[in-house]
Amino acid sequence: MKIRLRVWRQAGPNSAGSLETHDLEDVSPDMSFLEMLDVLNERLIEEDREEIAFDHDCREGICGSCSLMIDGRAHGPQHKTTACQLHMRHYSDGDEIVVEPWRVKAFPVVKDLVVDRSSFDRIIRAGGYISVRTGSARDANEAPIRKADSDLAFDAATCIGCGACAAACPNASASLFTAAKISHLALVPQGQAERYDRVRKMVAQMDAEGFGHCTNHNECEAACPKGISVTNIARMNRDFLRAMVVSRDPLRAPDDAGE
Amino acid sequence: MTVLEHRTPSGPLESRWERHRFDMKLVNPSNRRKYNVIVVGTGLAGAAAAATLGELGYNVQSFCFQDSPRRAHSIAAQGGINAAKNYQNDGDSVFRLFYDTIKGGDFRSRESNVYRLAEVSVNIIDQATAQGVPFAREYGGLLANRSFGGAQVSRTFYARGQTGQQLLLGAYQALSRQIGAGQVEMHPRTEMLDLIVIDGRARGIVTRHLITGKVKAWIADAVVLATGGYGNVFYLSTNAKGCNATAAWRAHRRGAFFANPCFTQIHPTCIPVSGESQSKLTLMSESLRNDGRVWVPKNAEHADTPPGKIKNENRDYYLERLYPSFGNLVPRDIASRRAKDVCDEGRGVGPEIGGVRRGVYLDFRDSIQRLGENIVGERYGNLFEMYERITGDNPYKVPMRIYPATHYTMGGLWVDYNLMSTIDGLFVAGEANFSDHGANRLGASALMQGLADGYFVLPYTLGNYLARVVPGGADDEHSEARRVVGQVTERLEKLMSIDGSTTPDAFHRELGHLIWDNCGMSRSKEGLEKALREIPAVRARFWEDLKISGTGEGLNQALERAGRIADFFELGELMCRDALDRDESAGCHFRAEHTTEEGEAKRNDEEYAYVANWEFTGVGKEPRLHKEHLEFEFVKPSQRNYK
Amino acid sequence: MSAGQTRTLTVYDTAIGKKAAVAVTGVVLFGFVIAHMLGNLQVFLGPKALNDYAESLHAVPTVLWAARLVLLGSVAVHITFTVQLVAISNAARPVGYRSKKSLASTYASRTMKLTGPLLLAFVLYHLAHFTWPGLAMGAYSHDPADVYGNVVRGFSVPWVCAIYLVAQILLGLHLYHGAWSLFQTLGLSHPKYDRVRDLAPKLVALGVVLGNLSIPLAVLSRVVR
Repeated sequence: MKIRLRVWRQAGPNSAGSLETHDLEDVSPDMSFLEMLDVLNERLIEEDREEIAFDHDCREGICGSCSLMIDGRAHGPQHKTTACQLHMRHYSDGDEIVVEPWRVKAFPVVKDLVVDRSSFDRIIRAGGYISVRTGSARDANEAPIRKADSDLAFDAATCIGCGACAAACPNASASLFTAAKISHLALVPQGQAERYDRVRKMVAQMDAEGFGHCTNHNECEAACPKGISVTNIARMNRDFLRAMVVSRDPLRAPDDAGE
Repeated sequence: MTVLEHRTPSGPLESRWERHRFDMKLVNPSNRRKYNVIVVGTGLAGAAAAATLGELGYNVQSFCFQDSPRRAHSIAAQGGINAAKNYQNDGDSVFRLFYDTIKGGDFRSRESNVYRLAEVSVNIIDQATAQGVPFAREYGGLLANRSFGGAQVSRTFYARGQTGQQLLLGAYQALSRQIGAGQVEMHPRTEMLDLIVIDGRARGIVTRHLITGKVKAWIADAVVLATGGYGNVFYLSTNAKGCNATAAWRAHRRGAFFANPCFTQIHPTCIPVSGESQSKLTLMSESLRNDGRVWVPKNAEHADTPPGKIKNENRDYYLERLYPSFGNLVPRDIASRRAKDVCDEGRGVGPEIGGVRRGVYLDFRDSIQRLGENIVGERYGNLFEMYERITGDNPYKVPMRIYPATHYTMGGLWVDYNLMSTIDGLFVAGEANFSDHGANRLGASALMQGLADGYFVLPYTLGNYLARVVPGGADDEHSEARRVVGQVTERLEKLMSIDGSTTPDAFHRELGHLIWDNCGMSRSKEGLEKALREIPAVRARFWEDLKISGTGEGLNQALERAGRIADFFELGELMCRDALDRDESAGCHFRAEHTTEEGEAKRNDEEYAYVANWEFTGVGKEPRLHKEHLEFEFVKPSQRNYK
Repeated sequence: MSAGQTRTLTVYDTAIGKKAAVAVTGVVLFGFVIAHMLGNLQVFLGPKALNDYAESLHAVPTVLWAARLVLLGSVAVHITFTVQLVAISNAARPVGYRSKKSLASTYASRTMKLTGPLLLAFVLYHLAHFTWPGLAMGAYSHDPADVYGNVVRGFSVPWVCAIYLVAQILLGLHLYHGAWSLFQTLGLSHPKYDRVRDLAPKLVALGVVLGNLSIPLAVLSRVVR
C-alpha cells in the first residue's frame, strides 16, 4: 500500500524544525511501523540525505526507547501498544500519517524524533529505590506478601519509562511515571521504611524537572502502553500529603534539571 | 602454546568459592575511593556490578549506549530466573542445579564456575526480593516457582512474562541510588569503541558520545565489560537492534582471547519471519511449551489448510512422537533442530519465503479444553496479546506459528575463575563472557548468570585485583590513550569517507544470511569453508562500497550501525572458523557430520573437551588457537538422552 | 532552593501541595454553592420564607463576616494557586503538537481553564446584580428588605436570565470535573468506590445546575411572581 508520511525533522536542540513529507510506495501490512521507517531511512541514505533519527532498541515493546507521537497519539492508534509493536495492517492504502517527537520541556528534542528523557532517570535517582546493599538481604520467603498487594505493585512496576504519559498529558505532567514507581515501592513491605521520604524526594525532583502538574484528564492512562492506572496518581498524592505531615526532615534540594 | 591460567581452586567442590574468597585480598575501605573502575554496559551484569562496586566505595564510571541505563536488553527476558532454593521441596539442591547446568551445557563448561553460579543463585532471589522485585507469589504470600525449559524441578522464579524487566529495574534502581549518592557517574548514549591497554594492563576505554560525536578517552584502574552477546551477527535475532559486539571485539583485538564463538543458541519459540523488510525477531517465552503442543501437518499438502480443519490423525506432534518422556519440553537445541528438519522436509506452515515455509504450530487447543481459557490466559495472556499484536492472529482461536531464531551466545571473551580476561585488569561479566553455559544454556539461566557475576562474583574478584595494583598513574593525556583515540577517530573518518553505494543494513543482511545459512542451526565442513571464503569478500566490499549520509559530528545512527557491522564481519569469520575447528557436535553446535544414529548431537570428548580460545593476529589473518582443557571431576560426561 | 542546600519541603513548594489547596478550597466553594442554592430555593416557599431567611443570614454580623472571609480567602487561594499551576503547565510544553488527539479527557476537564475565569466574571456580575444593584446592566428597582421581590424583578429581564443559564452550564461543567478531580488530588480514591466516584459528581453537578436554573425559569414562566 501507499503511505504518505509527514515526519518532524529538526537538526538539533536549538534548530527550528518542520514537517517533511515522504511518500512510500510498497508498504507491506506485515511491516512494523519502525520497519517502515527503516525502509525510508535506507532510501534516504542511498539518496545521500540524512536518515530520520528515532530512538528504538528492543522492538518488542519493553525497553521503552521508542517515543513517537503518531497522528496525535503517543505510540500511535493501537491501545496499549508501543510504536515498535504497531503494525502497518492498521493503516490503509493512501493514508497520511504525521509523526512528531514527544513535546515536553523536560524532554528536549535532540534531533528529529529523538528526545532526551534523562529527567526520568533523575526522578528515579532522587528516591525511586529501596536502599538495600548487595548481600544484606534476608531470605526471600521470610516475609510473605499478600498476593493481591504483590499483583497491584506489579501493575505499577510494569512501567517502561517511555514517556508517553507526559507526552500525551495536556499539561506535560510526569505524574503517572512518578506515581507508578512510588506505588510499586509503597505497595510492598520492603518499601515501607523509606515510603514517605521517597515520595517527597521524587515529587520534588519531578517538579524541579519542569514537568507540568496533573489536572486529572486521564490522557496518560489512555496513552500508556502498559495501561498503568491513574489510581497510582491518587496514591502518590495521598502518600505525598501524608508525608508532609509525618515526615518533616529537611530534604536535599532536587538535582538541577539537565545537570 | 600458552597455558591459560584459569585460576580455578581445587579441593572439595562445595567449598571452593568460599576458600577462594578467603584467599583473595581485600581493599581497605578507606582506600577504595582511590580506585576508579569503568563498567561498560548497564544490563543485569553491568548495572549490578556498578551498583555493588559503588556501594563498596569504589569510584565507578558507568557507560551505556542507550539513552538510559534502564533500557539494556536484559529487560526483554521473559521467562524467569533459576535458583536452587528448593522452596518447592521437590528435590532441588545447589548440586542438582550445578549438575543440570553442566549437563545442559553438554559438558563444555568449567565445573568450578558452574558450581559457584548454582551456589550464589539463592542470594540473587533474596537480593532481588529485598529490592522490591515483584516475583510471582502464591496465595499464601510466598514465592511461586515453575518448571522451565525441561527442568524436572520447579526452580524458576518469575515475574509474569517480564522477569528480565523486573530484575533489571531492580538493578537499575540500585544503580540509580549510587548515581544519586555520587558513587557512580553515569554516561548514557556513550558507546565504547576501543580499549586502552597500558603496560599490559587494561587501563581505560575510548568512547564516542552518540549525540555530540565526541571521541574521548577514560582512564581507570580496571575495566569491566558487561556488554552482552553477539547474536546480532545473524542480522535477524531476538536481540535488540542496538545489541552489538564492538566492545568485546575491540578488547579481543587488543589481546583478550575469544572463547567458543561458535556456541550460539537458537531459541525454538520465536515468531516466524513475515517478509523481507523484517528488522528483528520476537521471542515468545519458552514457558509456552509447558502447555502448548508443537505439531505440523503429516503431509505437505495440508500446509495451506486452516489448522483447525486438520484432523488429529493428520497432525504430526513430532516432539511427542520422537521424545516420549520429554515431549514438547526437550532442550532448546533439539526443539529448534527438529523444527528446522520438518520445515526442510516441506511440512512447514505459514507464508512461503524463499520457497520454504518456515514455521510450525504451537497449539493451545487441548490446554484450553483441559484448563479453560481463564487459566491459560492467566499463564500466557500477555504473550498471547504480544503474538496477536505482531501477527494479527488470536492464539486462543488459531494455533501460534513459531520458528527458531538466534537468541543467546554462550561464547564470549575468555575469563578465568575471577572473571578476568587474558588482559590484566579487564573483567568480563554476563553474556559477554564465555563462562558458565558451555555449549548450550538452560532456560532461565541467563538472568541468573548476569546477576551472579554482577552482584556476587565481580565485587570480590575485582577487589582482589585492585588490592594488587597501585591506584592512578595515568590519565587521558597518556600517550597510549591519545594513540587509541587517534585510531578510533581515524576509523570513524574512514567509515564516513568511503561514500560508496550500499547501506550498512544491506551489508548486515548479507552477512546475516551467510552466517545463518552456514553457521546456524546445522553446520557442515563444506558450508563453513564456503562461508570462510565468502565473508572476507563481502567484508572487503563493505570497506569499499559502504554508504553513510550525514556527518560524524553529531547523532548519526547509520554511522553507529556501520561501526558495529564492521566488527560483526570479523567476528562472524571467527565464529565459522571455530565451528570448523570443533569437529564434533556439542549442545547448540550441531555438525551435520557428527550425529548419533537417532540424529542427535554426538560429542567427541576425547578430542574436543576443551574451550577453544582464539587469539587475534590481524584482520584476515588466521587467529591462533589456545585450548583450555576441561576436566570433569564431579559429573561424568554422558550422552544427553531426552527420549 | 538551589542544588546542594537542604531545607524542609513545604506544601507550597510543590504542584501537588498547591493542587491539594485548590481542591480543599474547591470543597469550601462547592459547599457554598450548594448552601446558596438550597437557601435560594426557598423562593418557592413564598416571600416570607425567603425574606426571613435572608434576614437571618445577617442576624449575627460576626458569623456573617467570618463566613465571608472564609469564602473570600478560599476564592483567593483557589484562584492564585490555579493561576500559578497553569503557568507551570504552560511552561512545561513550550512547543505544541501539530496534531494531537484527546482520548480520555472530557469536555469539562479540558475547559476548566476557561470555565474558571468565566465563572469569576459571572460571580462579579451576580454580586453587581443583586448585592450592589445599579452597577449591573439590567438594573431594576432594588429593595434591600425584599429579597423575594428583588429576585422576581431581577429575573423578569429575559437576557439577564440567558446570562444565568449560560453561567449555570459553565458552573455545572466546572463542578463536575472539580468534584471528580478533588478525590484524585487528595488521594481519596479506591477502586472499590470507582463507580460511586464516577457517578456522584455527575449527579451533584446536574442537581446544582437544575436547582439554580429553576429560579429564573420559574420567574420567567411566572410560576414565581
